[in-house]
Amino acid sequence: MADLTSTFCGVTSPNPFWLASAPPTNSGYQVNKAFEAGWGGAVWKTLGPPVLNISNRYGSLTIDGKRMLAINNVELISDRPLEVNLREIAEVKRNWPDRAVIVSAMVDADPRAWETIIRQIEDTGADGIELNYGCPQGMSERGMGAAVGQVPEMCQLNTEWATSVASIPVIVKLTPNVTDIKASARAALAGGADALSLINTINSITKVDLDTFSISPTIGGRGTHGGYAGPAVKPIALHMLSELMTDPDTVASGVPISAIGGIVTWTDAAEFFLLGASSVQICTGAMHYGFRIIDDLVDGLSNWMDDKGFATIEDFRGRALSGVSTFGQLDLSYQAVARIDTNACISCNLCYNACEDTAHQCIDLVDTAGQVVQPGFDRNANGKAVADSRPKPVVRESDCVGCALCANVCPVDGCITMVTVDSGRQPVTWDQLQAESPAVTTDWDAMSAYRSTVGIDIH
Amino acid sequence: MKMTDTIGSDTSHQLAEHLPPYQSHEAVMEAERCLYCFDAPCMHACPTHIDIPGFIRKISTGNVRGAGMTILDSNLLGATCARVCPVEELCQGACVLRATDKPIAIGRLQRHATDHLASVTPDPYQRGAANGRSVLVVGSGPAGLSAAGELAKRGYAVTVWERSPLAGGLSTYGIIPLREPIEVALGEVAMIERLGVEIHTSTALADEPALADALTRFDAVFLATGLGAVPAMPVGGAEHIRDGLDYIAQAKLNQPDPDDVQARRVVVIGAGNTAIDAATIARRRGGEVTIVYRRTAAEMPAYHHEYEFALREGIDFAFLTQPVEVVTEDGRVAGLRCTAMTLGEPDASGRRRPVPVDGSDRLIPCDLVVRAIGQEGYGPDSAFGLDLAGTYIAVDPHLRASRERVWAGGDAIRDHGAASTVMAVEDGKKAADSIDAYFLSVNPSDTPEPGGHHG
Repeated sequence: MADLTSTFCGVTSPNPFWLASAPPTNSGYQVNKAFEAGWGGAVWKTLGPPVLNISNRYGSLTIDGKRMLAINNVELISDRPLEVNLREIAEVKRNWPDRAVIVSAMVDADPRAWETIIRQIEDTGADGIELNYGCPQGMSERGMGAAVGQVPEMCQLNTEWATSVASIPVIVKLTPNVTDIKASARAALAGGADALSLINTINSITKVDLDTFSISPTIGGRGTHGGYAGPAVKPIALHMLSELMTDPDTVASGVPISAIGGIVTWTDAAEFFLLGASSVQICTGAMHYGFRIIDDLVDGLSNWMDDKGFATIEDFRGRALSGVSTFGQLDLSYQAVARIDTNACISCNLCYNACEDTAHQCIDLVDTAGQVVQPGFDRNANGKAVADSRPKPVVRESDCVGCALCANVCPVDGCITMVTVDSGRQPVTWDQLQAESPAVTTDWDAMSAYRSTVGIDIH
Repeated sequence: MKMTDTIGSDTSHQLAEHLPPYQSHEAVMEAERCLYCFDAPCMHACPTHIDIPGFIRKISTGNVRGAGMTILDSNLLGATCARVCPVEELCQGACVLRATDKPIAIGRLQRHATDHLASVTPDPYQRGAANGRSVLVVGSGPAGLSAAGELAKRGYAVTVWERSPLAGGLSTYGIIPLREPIEVALGEVAMIERLGVEIHTSTALADEPALADALTRFDAVFLATGLGAVPAMPVGGAEHIRDGLDYIAQAKLNQPDPDDVQARRVVVIGAGNTAIDAATIARRRGGEVTIVYRRTAAEMPAYHHEYEFALREGIDFAFLTQPVEVVTEDGRVAGLRCTAMTLGEPDASGRRRPVPVDGSDRLIPCDLVVRAIGQEGYGPDSAFGLDLAGTYIAVDPHLRASRERVWAGGDAIRDHGAASTVMAVEDGKKAADSIDAYFLSVNPSDTPEPGGHHG
C-alpha cells in the first residue's frame, strides 16, 4: 500500500489532497466535515476586509449533458466576521493536528494590514498562510486579489510585507490572468515566498441566456465576469505548472508548488504530480459531488501507485517534466502514422469525415470486397443488413502526415493507434536548423531545396 | 372527416401508448449518446433514408423543431413511423453502437421530435403553386398519404379516395393503440388535408372501367389500395370466427366490443404481427390468450421482438397446432378443436411444411376465436385490369403499372413479408417523384386529354 503522506513546506498531511480556498472551506462546520471524510488539508476561505456578497453567485458550463464541466463564481472572499473565522480555525486545528490547515488572506496593500492579519492567523495555530493574489472580481477593483497578482512589482512588495512578519510558511497563489506566469512566480519568489500555488480562477462569462439576453449568472438583471474553474480549466493549469517547473528561476528556488485547476479525480491529481506538484487543491469537484470524493481520490491514487510500484509521491513527482520542451527542441524527423484496427472499428467513419474535411485526405473508405469506394449509399437498399456491407476506413499511410486528428476523434478506445515509423531522415530540430542552416528557416526556396535533399514531400 | 370529432383513444391504461414520451432532458441525454456517424448506417437502413444523425444532433442542441422538419423532409408520416417501425430490423438494427453498447433509441427520439413539431408547427409545409396537373390517389394508407402530400407540395391538385369511413388506412384501423394511438394517424391525415389534398372517404375505386373513367378526369392515378380481404378459413364453424383486423379496429376506435364481455379465454389463429396485436388487446382486456400456429416459433412471420413482447405480455403459444373446427354450444363458441402437426419437407416458401399427426385432435376450450392469417392479394378480377406479379399489382422500378398514367405502391405491390408502413411511405415518395418526372418529361400538349378540370 502506497504511502500518500505529504510534506509541503514542512507541513505534513496524511494525503496530498487539500480543499482549495473557496466556498467548501467557508466554516469550521465544513472543514471539520471534510476532515472527517478524509481530506488531507484545507485552505480556509480568504480572510480580509469587510465584503458583501450577491445572490446567484455561480454560473456553469454544460457540454453534451455533462454538468459542471466548469464553474464561474462571482462570490467574494469570506463574508463571515473575522473573529468567527479565527475562532473556528483555531478549533479545527486543535481538533485535527495531523491535517494541513492553511489560511488564505487578502488585505489592502499596506504593511500594517498584512502584519495584523498574519499575527491573527498565526495565533490560531494554522500551519501556513496563502496569499490570495487571484480573486478576479470584486476585490481586484479595490486593489487586492488579481490587481496585485497581475503586477509583478505589487506581487513582490505585498509578499515581502507578509513574509517579513510571518513565522509560518507563506504560499503565494498566482492568477492565470497574466501573459507570463513565470514573471508572477519570480516576483513572488523575490518577495520571499516559501511556496507557490496555481492557478486561481480565470476571468470568464459562462453563458448568455437566449431568452433574456442576459449573461450568467444574472444578478437582478445584470451580470459581471467571474472566476472560471473546474474540469475545463485543467489543461491550462497543467501548462502553467509545467512552465514554472521548467523555469530555471523557479526550479532553482526549490519552492514547492501546490497545484490547483480542474482536479476532480485521482487521475487528474496524478497528472499534476507528474508535472511536479507537491500537493493538489480541489474545489469544483467537491462543490459538484461533495466531500465524499476524497475516498476515490485517495484509493485510486494509492492503487495506481501500487500498480506502478511507487511507494511515495516523491517516487514519481515530476517524472513527466523531462519530456516537456519547446517546439524548437522537437525532432522534426520523427514520423508517426495512424493505423486503424479494423476488428475494433465500428464503422462510424468519423475519422474518414474528419480527415477528408479538415485534415489531409488520407483515409479511404474500403468496402467488404477490398475496393475503395466513395461516400454515399444505395437509396434502394435498406434494412439492418446494410450495416454488414458498410465500408470501413483505411489509412493511406504513404499520405498520412501523422496529425492524429483521427485518433482523437475515434470513439473506440485503442482502435486508432499512432504508430511510429522510420522517416529515413536524421533527427533534426528547428533550433538546429536555425543555427546550422538559417536560410532554410527564412526563405521558401531554401526550404524547398532542403526538403528535396532530405526527402520531405508535402503535397 | 366529421367522424373524427368523436374518435378518441382508449384512455384507460389497458391500451394506452406503452412507451411514455421522452421528457426533454431524457431526449437530450439519449441524443447525446449518438456518435453522429458519417454516412450513417441507420440512415441507410431506413427505407425513407431520414437523416437520422442530423435530426438527433438537432435534438441535442435544443433545435427540436428543426429535428422534426428533418424527419418530415424524408418521411411525411414520421410520427407514425416513429411508433410502428420495426426499428430493430431497420435503423436501430444497423446502429454502430449495437456492437459496444446499446443502439440509440431512434424511434423514441423521432417520436419526441415529430410530436414537438406537430404541437408547435402543425403545418410545416405549404401547398406548392398550382401546376395544373391533377392526381387521384386511391387509398389513404401510408403509401397514399405520402404520395398525396409530396405531390401537393409540388403543386399537384390531389384527390384521395378512401373506401373506409376514416382515412389513414392501417395506421387508423389496424395498429394496436398501445403502439400508435389513433390521434397520431388522424393528425397526419389532417396535416395532409391542410396541404390542399381532398380526401373523399367511403369512396372506392371499383374496377377496370372505374379506373378508365378516373383517367379521363385525372392526369394520373396512384393505386395505394393495400391488400384484399382476409381469406376464409376452411374449418367447421368458421362463421363464428372473428376477423383480427376488425377486432383491432374496434379497439382502435374505442368502440364497445360485444365479444369482450364474455371472452375470458381467447384463441388467436395465426402468428404474424396482426395476430400478436389482436392477442395483446385480448390479453390487456383480461383474457387468457393462446396463439395457435401450425408451424413453430422459428417460422413465425411476426418480428422476433414482437414475439418476445407477446411472451412478456403473458400470451401462450400453441405451436404445431392446426385448427379443425370451432365447437359451439347453444350457438356460442365453446372451443377450438385442433390437430397436432409435425414439420415435413420444405414447401414453396422454403419453410418446412406442417403435416398433420393422425389421431392427435384436442379441444382448446375458449369463448372467442380470432383469425389473423394474413390478407389476400390481387387476382385478375380485382386488379383493375392491370398486369399482376404473382398476387400483386406489377410495377416497374419507377412504380409504373402496366397502364399509362397509372402508378401503384405500398402493400398492393409487395409481398407481405417485406411490407411495412415505412416501405409504403417510401413508395409514396417514389411514386410522387415518378409522376413528377413523367410530367416534366412529357410535353403538356402531348398529354392524353383528361376530363379537363384543371385548376
